[in-house]
Amino acid sequence: MTEYKLVLGLEVHIHLKTETKMFCGCDSNIYEAEPNTHVCPVCLGLPGALPVPNFEAIKKTQVLGLALDSILNKESRFDRKHYFYPDLPKGFQISQYKQPLCEGGEIELDSGNKVSLERIHLEEDTAKSFHENGRTLIDFNKSGMPLVEIVTKPVFKTVGESVEFCKKIQDLIITLGIGDADMEKGQMRLEANISLRTQEMEYNDILPDYKVEIKNINSFRFMEKAIIAEIKRQTEILQKGNVVNQENRGWDERSGTTVSQRVKEEAHDYRYFPEPDIPLLYFDEKHIEELKNSLPELPQQKKTRLMTRYGLTANIATILSTGYSFGLLKKFEGFVESGLDPVKTANILINKKESRDMSFEEFEKLLNVSTNRIINEKNLKNYLEEVVKNNRNIINDIKGGKLSAIEFLVGQVMKNTKGQADPVKVRELLKSEINKKFNTAID
Amino acid sequence: MKKLNELTVIESIEGLKKGEFKCIDLVETCLYVIKIRDPKIKAFLKVTEDSAIENANKADKEIKLYGEKVFKEKPLLGIPYACKDNFSTLGIETTASSKILKGYIPPYESTVTKKLAEAGAILLGKTNMDAFAHGASTETSDFFTTHNPWDLERVPGGSSGGSAAAVSANMCIFAIGSDTGGSIRCPASWSGITGLKPTYGRVSRYGLIAMASSTDSPGPMTKTVKDAALVLKVIAGKDPFDATTSNTEVPDYLEKIKNVSLKGLKIGKPRSYFETEFESGVKKAVLESVEMLKENGAEIIDIDLLDFKYSLAIYTIIQRSEVSSNLARFDGIRFGHLRDHFGFEARKRMMLGSYALSSGYYDAYYSKAQKVRTLIIEDFKRAFESVDLIIGPTMPSVAYKIGSKEDLYGELTDTMQTPGSMAGLCVIAIPGGFSEGMPVGIQFIGEQLAEVKVLAAAHAFQEITDFHKKFPEV
Repeated sequence: MTEYKLVLGLEVHIHLKTETKMFCGCDSNIYEAEPNTHVCPVCLGLPGALPVPNFEAIKKTQVLGLALDSILNKESRFDRKHYFYPDLPKGFQISQYKQPLCEGGEIELDSGNKVSLERIHLEEDTAKSFHENGRTLIDFNKSGMPLVEIVTKPVFKTVGESVEFCKKIQDLIITLGIGDADMEKGQMRLEANISLRTQEMEYNDILPDYKVEIKNINSFRFMEKAIIAEIKRQTEILQKGNVVNQENRGWDERSGTTVSQRVKEEAHDYRYFPEPDIPLLYFDEKHIEELKNSLPELPQQKKTRLMTRYGLTANIATILSTGYSFGLLKKFEGFVESGLDPVKTANILINKKESRDMSFEEFEKLLNVSTNRIINEKNLKNYLEEVVKNNRNIINDIKGGKLSAIEFLVGQVMKNTKGQADPVKVRELLKSEINKKFNTAID
Repeated sequence: MKKLNELTVIESIEGLKKGEFKCIDLVETCLYVIKIRDPKIKAFLKVTEDSAIENANKADKEIKLYGEKVFKEKPLLGIPYACKDNFSTLGIETTASSKILKGYIPPYESTVTKKLAEAGAILLGKTNMDAFAHGASTETSDFFTTHNPWDLERVPGGSSGGSAAAVSANMCIFAIGSDTGGSIRCPASWSGITGLKPTYGRVSRYGLIAMASSTDSPGPMTKTVKDAALVLKVIAGKDPFDATTSNTEVPDYLEKIKNVSLKGLKIGKPRSYFETEFESGVKKAVLESVEMLKENGAEIIDIDLLDFKYSLAIYTIIQRSEVSSNLARFDGIRFGHLRDHFGFEARKRMMLGSYALSSGYYDAYYSKAQKVRTLIIEDFKRAFESVDLIIGPTMPSVAYKIGSKEDLYGELTDTMQTPGSMAGLCVIAIPGGFSEGMPVGIQFIGEQLAEVKVLAAAHAFQEITDFHKKFPEV
């Protein structure tokens, strides 16, 4: 049976965090608002209303481009993308086609593999339709929200890589402070373009002549499941010698399969043309230089610094360098600057949640206790031998199968060491001590 | 003695300042004339009688309270005007003469009408036009055709035909139109009034129901050039709601054109505009006007411009393309009417525009048209290196008989207007004589933002002629 290779590219849509919407003055904090309360003639597409581009959104898109090593176009423009849908009030979406803000770019995965980007562009979001009781209701709050779209090249070889990529992008958005990328609120949405090809095609760099687009995925888990299901579906079709239709599909969580939404014609004709209501955008070196200088330390840079400067392991450094760990990292750096050991400080901060709210003094105390425990490990042997020797009846119980009796011995060691030992470690050492001495195999 | 409705904007302001009459007199006279004349002319889609009277009384109170100095802040206080129906007016039905928008009451005000209201002008009503401004006669209006006040059997020109006829028939003191490929200049010419198409971006398009977004230019339609200068000052300027508006400061046009003479003015006379075939009576009148300019000190220089057939061709492609996009929002979901309410002309243009933009044809049509557009812009730039202004006939004919050109709705008559539109220039059309008892127009074309120059030349011309002082018997 022919083996098929995955061809996978992603499109990631993210709401940018700006004061106002993309082309009008409406407050963009729409997430908990009553329907149709954040609207105006522009985002409702009323006759005569005109779009005025939001420069905050443009800058934030460029910042993202710089962080992803994209080329920032000196000249960029908006285009109209036409299609008919009730949630698209103008009959077209203002997007970017020929001259996006950013082109190219890449991001490194933990494996060292790089994901190449096609482009990063800025557009407006559509409204939201609700279908109920045979009627369709439209909430225009989301209409005109600034939406950045990152398009990758079809470079993912595994599902895992694609999920890791999305997580890295989410983290980057948070690190840069340009969005919240909360998937539950629809602030980040994923689209996967999936097709399969033979090994021969892969070897000769030939792309399949179709692709299936899975739209509007709103969680990493769903994306993973959807891609796996889609690979299975396409493999089965191809193995029967059939052709896979070019179409849009959606993930159906209940059936655990993808379902057809709209058969896509060979080339959907969006009748793109330059948006005449918005003049061409020009950016000079100075503007780009200023943006570069405003960039915060990026997750990858942070990770490298944590590893080289503080000697942290890759795992620990990865955790500390994510956008979510921003507060934790600050705490870490504060403690280390005050003289604490970096490796031990990081370990405690990550492993002991309660340590995160401690003052320096409290934390230092905890660190010393923990450190003593670690040092005392070497001396633990004496305590262990003593307890094992004095509790033969307990040992017999354990040998007889009453494994929980070991907890009594742990308690004894803790008592004798005045709580200075690490109970987990004690339990572990006790087991090996007993196994060794009595030739048992307790685990 | 002139009747109140026959006054110009400047005369009306003088009269109000001197207390010769009140705003309410001015407004009521206009409303009365609309009542007796408009059934024949059909310039108005809607007359806003109640609000006009209310605003006139308010204006009178302000004048009484603050005296003359109130005009410093509100330069058009109490002046009744008519507005083309493609400007969004808050709470007042706005249809662009299309059935698909019948009953649409905008929840917002266009920048132009807002600025006029802030300057104290009083809206008398919304005027008829070719539906969505698709035409040069008002015959494509989904409601009715407006009649030319000079000859009721003829069209007034279009698409701002209702506004032109309202001014020409003295049913208002001034009017507002919009010009995409001649829609102010054509009806100004055929109805015998003054019409200014400002530089693209000089006047905000916010709230103007878009026809071709890259050339739509709102502008004044008046009885004199001085009036146009005064109104332009009010409506021009940078608008935070229109990204294509110019940052350039708005000069005091009226002040700047007061003491300008024709002496030494270099006026280009494009051979192609005069050598083309057009009605002999029109040609005669226009050449006489050119002669008059010469006699009064202007230097007439023969120049060569690109044949206007190129402008017309690319205008057709670009305008249809933008139309197909701009009308996409009337999808039958909002605004209460299904798409079968679109008139034939709108459908024709949407089909053509969609075709020109579709993949595989985009490069051959739209993209190529934009390249030619650049050549036209450069052609004009080159011409303006040697001349201050360019003169030409506004229209190659006088107004035609209603129903006589249904196939094209006056499209070919736009030939002399599209070059200026494609290059985004400022152009003024003023009365320049008569032929067959119908008005003939001449146009002065200036560089981008050269409004002062074109207004000055046109004003100087009106100082030595009285074509603009003649009004039709209705």
